[in-house]
Amino acid sequence: MSSPRPFKTIGHPVRKIDGLSKCAGVTKFADDLVLPRMLFCKLLRAPIPHALIRKIDTRRAAKRPGVFAVLTGKSLPVPFGILPVSQDEHALCPDHVRFVGDPVAAVAAVDEDVAFDAMNAIRVDYEPLKEILSIEDAIQNPEPRLHDYGDDGNIHKKVSLEFGDVAKGLAGADQVFEDTMYFEGNTHLPMEQHSALAAVDPDGKLTVWSSTQTPHYVHRALAKVLEMPPARIRVIACPNGGGFGGKSDPFNHEIVVAKLALMTGRPVKVTLTREEVFYCHRGRHPVLMRVKTGVRKDGSIAAMHFKSFLDGGGYGSYGVASTYYTGALQTVTYQVPQYRFDGVRCFTNKPPCGPKRGHGTPQPRFALEVHIDKISERLGIDPAEWRLRNLQPANSLTANHLRIGSMGLGKCIEKVVRGSDWRNRFRRLPFGRGLGLACSSYLCGAGLPIYWNNMPHTGVQLKLDRGGGVCVFCGEIDIGQGSDTVLAQTVAEVLGIDPYDIRVVYGDTDLTPVDLGSYSSRVTLMMGNAAIQAAERARELLAQAAAEKFQIPVNRIVCAGGRVFDAGDPERGMTFAEAVVAAEAKYGTIGTVGSYTPPVSHGKFRGSGVGPSPAYSYSAAVVDLTVSPETGWITVNKIWVAHDVGQCINPVLVMGQVEGSVYMGLGEALMEEQVFRRDRHGVHKFPSLLEYKSLTTMEMPEVVTYIVEDPDPNGPFGAKEVGQGPLLPIMPAVANAVYDAVRVRVDEVPITPDKVLKALQSPSKRYGPTRIPEVTLPEPIRVPTPVEGGDGRAAGGEGERKKKPSGASAGVSP
Amino acid sequence: MAGSGENKTAMMRLSKFKYLAPRSVNDAAKMLADAGPTASVVAGGTDLYPNMKRRHQTPKTLIGLRRVEGMRGVSGTPEGGLRIGPMTTLTALERNATVKAAHPGLWKAVHSISTPILRNMGTLGGNICLDTRCNYYDQNYEWRRAINFCMKCDGDTCWVAPGSKVCLAVSSSDTAPLLCAIGARLHLVSATGEREIAAHELYRRDGIHFLSKRPDELLTEIVLPATNGWRSTYRKLRRREAFDFPVLGVGAWASFDGPVVKEARIFLGAVSPAPVEAAEAAKSLVGTRLEPDAVARASDLAYGPAKPVDNTDFLTRWRKEMTKVYVKGALEDLRGS
Amino acid sequence: MKTRLPRKRKVHLRIRVNGETHEVAFAPHKTLLEVLREDMGLTGTKHGCELGECGTCTVLIDGEPQLSCLVLGLECEGMDIITVEGLADGPQPHPLQQSFAELGAAQCGYCTPGILLASKALLDEDPNPPRDRIREALSGNLCRCTGYIKIYEAVELAARRLKDPKAEPSREILRGYEV
Repeated sequence: MSSPRPFKTIGHPVRKIDGLSKCAGVTKFADDLVLPRMLFCKLLRAPIPHALIRKIDTRRAAKRPGVFAVLTGKSLPVPFGILPVSQDEHALCPDHVRFVGDPVAAVAAVDEDVAFDAMNAIRVDYEPLKEILSIEDAIQNPEPRLHDYGDDGNIHKKVSLEFGDVAKGLAGADQVFEDTMYFEGNTHLPMEQHSALAAVDPDGKLTVWSSTQTPHYVHRALAKVLEMPPARIRVIACPNGGGFGGKSDPFNHEIVVAKLALMTGRPVKVTLTREEVFYCHRGRHPVLMRVKTGVRKDGSIAAMHFKSFLDGGGYGSYGVASTYYTGALQTVTYQVPQYRFDGVRCFTNKPPCGPKRGHGTPQPRFALEVHIDKISERLGIDPAEWRLRNLQPANSLTANHLRIGSMGLGKCIEKVVRGSDWRNRFRRLPFGRGLGLACSSYLCGAGLPIYWNNMPHTGVQLKLDRGGGVCVFCGEIDIGQGSDTVLAQTVAEVLGIDPYDIRVVYGDTDLTPVDLGSYSSRVTLMMGNAAIQAAERARELLAQAAAEKFQIPVNRIVCAGGRVFDAGDPERGMTFAEAVVAAEAKYGTIGTVGSYTPPVSHGKFRGSGVGPSPAYSYSAAVVDLTVSPETGWITVNKIWVAHDVGQCINPVLVMGQVEGSVYMGLGEALMEEQVFRRDRHGVHKFPSLLEYKSLTTMEMPEVVTYIVEDPDPNGPFGAKEVGQGPLLPIMPAVANAVYDAVRVRVDEVPITPDKVLKALQSPSKRYGPTRIPEVTLPEPIRVPTPVEGGDGRAAGGEGERKKKPSGASAGVSP
Repeated sequence: MAGSGENKTAMMRLSKFKYLAPRSVNDAAKMLADAGPTASVVAGGTDLYPNMKRRHQTPKTLIGLRRVEGMRGVSGTPEGGLRIGPMTTLTALERNATVKAAHPGLWKAVHSISTPILRNMGTLGGNICLDTRCNYYDQNYEWRRAINFCMKCDGDTCWVAPGSKVCLAVSSSDTAPLLCAIGARLHLVSATGEREIAAHELYRRDGIHFLSKRPDELLTEIVLPATNGWRSTYRKLRRREAFDFPVLGVGAWASFDGPVVKEARIFLGAVSPAPVEAAEAAKSLVGTRLEPDAVARASDLAYGPAKPVDNTDFLTRWRKEMTKVYVKGALEDLRGS
Repeated sequence: MKTRLPRKRKVHLRIRVNGETHEVAFAPHKTLLEVLREDMGLTGTKHGCELGECGTCTVLIDGEPQLSCLVLGLECEGMDIITVEGLADGPQPHPLQQSFAELGAAQCGYCTPGILLASKALLDEDPNPPRDRIREALSGNLCRCTGYIKIYEAVELAARRLKDPKAEPSREILRGYEV
């Protein structure tokens, strides 16, 4: 990139371009939209977790005054799902319900009250099936199956990958450590309830407005299920009132309102109740894990074997990708020369799990960072020191063939260690007070798209106006993370103009080029690179026109400060608007495009689609907390967190993402859990904002944020992600701090006072799982490591990557 | 025809009702008597309206007390016994300097309720009459249908303890255990007369019929006992410092002869459908100086009457164990350590 | 298609919103939240649960923050209601709106209207609130994006700017800490 440093906008705390609109209540979220003659939709949901539908009687509902349409699954037989390998959802269940809350029928009526009463007038006759409510249940009961596909009975997916020879590595190690850990599921809890509005125009075009993070995938799902040409469907993503990954699947309610609009010829809206948002879920998988690590005398890792068991809920969602993610990023922080991963995902009669901020990686990161804390202690090495000694080097390949570019974890550790006065305080605080350290890494977008194609992952178009205004079109959608602002700042930097002179048109499948969506921490890196390309192409046109006018070589032209001028003689120049006029006179209407495709990943084996990324962000955190030995109560006093973001695009937004990640991670560490009543047919225990506990201002401690900048060659201006990574170290740092405070191990998230107290009262001074289920795994796909000379292919040509990748990443902030 | 012509957004809505806004206590009592059992009075609305939206209650007539004269404010003197109007908002009580100075126990209980915004709306009377809570009950209609409803509303079984003949929904008022402990009195008015009862007499150990107040009676005044050498306090256990109802509340009171306890009362909130008196624990304090041994003994004795069941946040076993810790803390407050 | 609909009885009321008196007709069982969003088109007031469990729908009623989801529209007759649409002074944003936008205290912006109004009530009462007072005053508003920190900083900046319009945030607030 040839923009001159120091940057004019990049790296500066520019006010978000939509900041004042949001603070004025002007920003229109999906539920704020109103169309004339609009009808209301309500979904009737299954009251039992597992059953076949014998009969649905909608006659009474249909007869009620004010009811315009009643819909059942029979009218929408085509399945859908976010991953090509898991097309297992229906807009309305045609014959089989899989969790309490699975929708079976829908009503469009003149208002919400009428729709509500009509919905309750629908009679459904169910034939109950055995309830599968846990990982154990799913493994022990291959029948009745939730789905007629998958690897084995109610096991959705089994994965086994081996890089190098782990058995040999473990045998050759000086000591072997083993831990069994559990991470309870939790959910995104965006403040905005999902909402969608559909309208059909008389000329046959369907428009769907939705609070979605992924308009492109919604577009594809609508076309598929409605069996309509995509060209007749327009999806408009509304600004999301929080997403965090919870709005990145195409949802049944989006398809249902579209169908109802087609049936009635009137606009139809649905807004989910808070209870229904808990049923959409797609949140953090509950994961049971076992990690076995062989360590040499100097503390370095000789080999690691990681096993994970995921409780997937009723549908596939992103689950195949989630499964791989529980094993993918163990290798990118510390050197692991031999590595094996086994993963098992089960179908259970609960709302489907999927991508929540960190997608599949926070659970294994928790296990790994606590495991390392224990190993360091047993070896008598300070855990900060252990990490600094064993860092995966920059510009390297990991054992599982992930290509690391910039790597600022060392700097991150040093900052939080100094900030927290770690060396004087760790293991030296009075009983009841403790410090804990943990680190993490996250990807900057998945290397492969969710569905197989050779096209770019994102596109940006620019239109330059004669008045000097620039309109930027991109399919991205701002979910609060500030992607609109990142886009405006990027274009502004290249063209040398004020970001507030730029209008961003986003998330509209008719108007904007495809961006795959706000998930996987992909937007800044991918959209940013595409925006740079589009803006440089526009700048080139302006520069050519200006150079011609001034009769100087084009390489002397500079765009900065709203002017286009001669670098050698800055007085000789024109305004940006004049340059646009000159260029338009020379070339015609000025519009340019840019796009971005990630570099080809090094791994070529089956399963290598999950893990590769153009770059990896790094974070480190120290948590200072107090534990009451009498009650087990944890009070978090302060958190220091450092994040390697490559290059800040906007430090205020970066800090907001870091602080928000810390907040969400702390909620997961201490209290958030999505749990179900096993003895009451698997109902959600408390689908409400009051009883699903999220931190209020009173629980949120002081946070000291350090921004570390280790630019990555693949990032726009060197930038890497920040929306998800900083969440990951918080849960293990809390666990490690609890140990420092009262010398007990809680090997389970959330770390609640009753668990701490139980550990304090138990002889083992530990609370956590001890067993993992017996599952027959397939023979691992064996891949020689790069050090062994591996080229990324599986040994013996087995397990080559199929044309269709099994998944990709997701999970998003905020 | 396009329906009602309003712009529509989507959300949970109230059931339909007729709204009456009496101006005097007598009018209110008469309206209540006339409207019969399908009527409900509403004070701040922060308890009733969510219940109506979840279809726990669907009163045909709502009698709003907002505009009734003489039901707001604090009068009298601490020494003579403060009198509080039930429509006094929790915020107004919290900001009342006399209440804060003379009744720190009540102030702590009030201050701990929900959030500052909800305290601007909720009233003392509303908190005293707060519906019992249970996480099999405080759910939307659809959720409750999935468990085939419960005894408290639309069903037959208490899902917390399916053998139970009574509903085990939990008394979740923060002020109730405190007012019981200090011996506050409540003034009730109906179209046919009025009476005054002790606060603890208001509550019954039945999650459905949890108030002894007749449906046609209005709570019109809360009378605090004269301050003369006693102390009171309130301790609350909950997950978060805002929003959350208690999963254990301890209201404690003691009168003193110099440093020696003359009389004591301890009431536990959120462990039963009514505030529960820990009488033995309180009795054991008489004659002591609340020295550590005495506090420890009383805390152990308070453990017995606490019988939480699995229908609130946190593990039942841990909640019960916390009784000792929280009673101990409350007694230390009384000692003034 | 059924066209016979239950008749809806409406009440006609005068409500003072953002300094203007409006005559509004609505069904008597509607909450203020519904009246604002549906009958007056003021969709700046958001909703997250409609049960008093999140604080998203906070508005000011006679200067006090209250939850519009738990107040009847008809209980608001004669009261002064301020919503987020009424915060700015003409084209000039309120200092809180300015500081929230500037410091990233509004990420997704969904809880923002409610938090702005709770903050305004706080500053009206205490022009110089310490951090703990802000924390307490905003404890009834859930935010899932920010971790609340930028919100505190924005309230503090607005408080300073109400006295000194030139007040600026610190380097740590804009660019993070250094060691």
